[in-house]
Amino acid sequence: MSSEAWAETLILIGVLFDLLGTIGLVRLPDVYNRLQAGTKCVTLGTCFILAGAAVWAGGALAMKAVICMAFVLLTSPVGAHALARSAYRSGVAAWEGTVVDDYRGHVERLMHAPTPMKDEATALAQTEIA
Amino acid sequence: MKRFAAFPLFLLVWMGLTWSLHWQDLLAGVLVSLVVCLLVGRFVALSVLPMLSPRRIFWTLVYLPFFFYHCVRANLDVAYRVLHPDTPIRPGFIRVETTLPSRAARVILASSITLTPGTLAVDLVDSSLYIHWINVRGKTHADYHRAVVAPFERILKEIFR
Repeated sequence: MSSEAWAETLILIGVLFDLLGTIGLVRLPDVYNRLQAGTKCVTLGTCFILAGAAVWAGGALAMKAVICMAFVLLTSPVGAHALARSAYRSGVAAWEGTVVDDYRGHVERLMHAPTPMKDEATALAQTEIA
Repeated sequence: MKRFAAFPLFLLVWMGLTWSLHWQDLLAGVLVSLVVCLLVGRFVALSVLPMLSPRRIFWTLVYLPFFFYHCVRANLDVAYRVLHPDTPIRPGFIRVETTLPSRAARVILASSITLTPGTLAVDLVDSSLYIHWINVRGKTHADYHRAVVAPFERILKEIFR
């Protein structure tokens, strides 16, 4: 195959994964399940599209695409994690079919502690890395 | 001075993005990297030199294809659940304990878990990871640990030993 055909194949695979992710967003029942579809499929889909662009253009642009892939892989799980955590803490209910919930205990301890526990993020922001 | 430990890394990323060795681009890169170090350097526990030991590079190279394989599997798994007419899911929030000692290793573990089959890290409290799992299997923490954390933990332990 020519490099253009490779690029088109990669971009097509990427678009398919993105499509699956968006179908997941519509079909799954609650915030947390939707985030699952949103992070996994869209991350890999975007990486495939960027890989396709890298093969297509080559040279300096390929380097940029690779760096963008690294950034997407680093930031998208952290973003999903922050969304899920703050959704849960601000009381967004999980779907009624949820089978176990080990997290509720921790959040309740945090909310009903006699002196509000210092949030880990605040604590982290105040420490220098040793 | 700790906050300047990641300076070479920032400069490398800048050089990759500009893809030019002209002195004006390099000067701008040095200035930008310095500003970034001043702003966020204290959150970046990475210093470049210890990352360059052959052992770490070797295990990182082992980790990457392993991670990619699980990432693709995760996507096919989500695709199956999404396209199936009954959307077969059995979601739940579980807690697992990790034995990884360093904070950086735990964050990488949480991020890897988020991108792999059916699991999404929700919170990280000391050594406890709270995870949303789209299809809970097993009953005990040991079951959860074996299915979700163990495969990544084994390799990350080698990288961050």
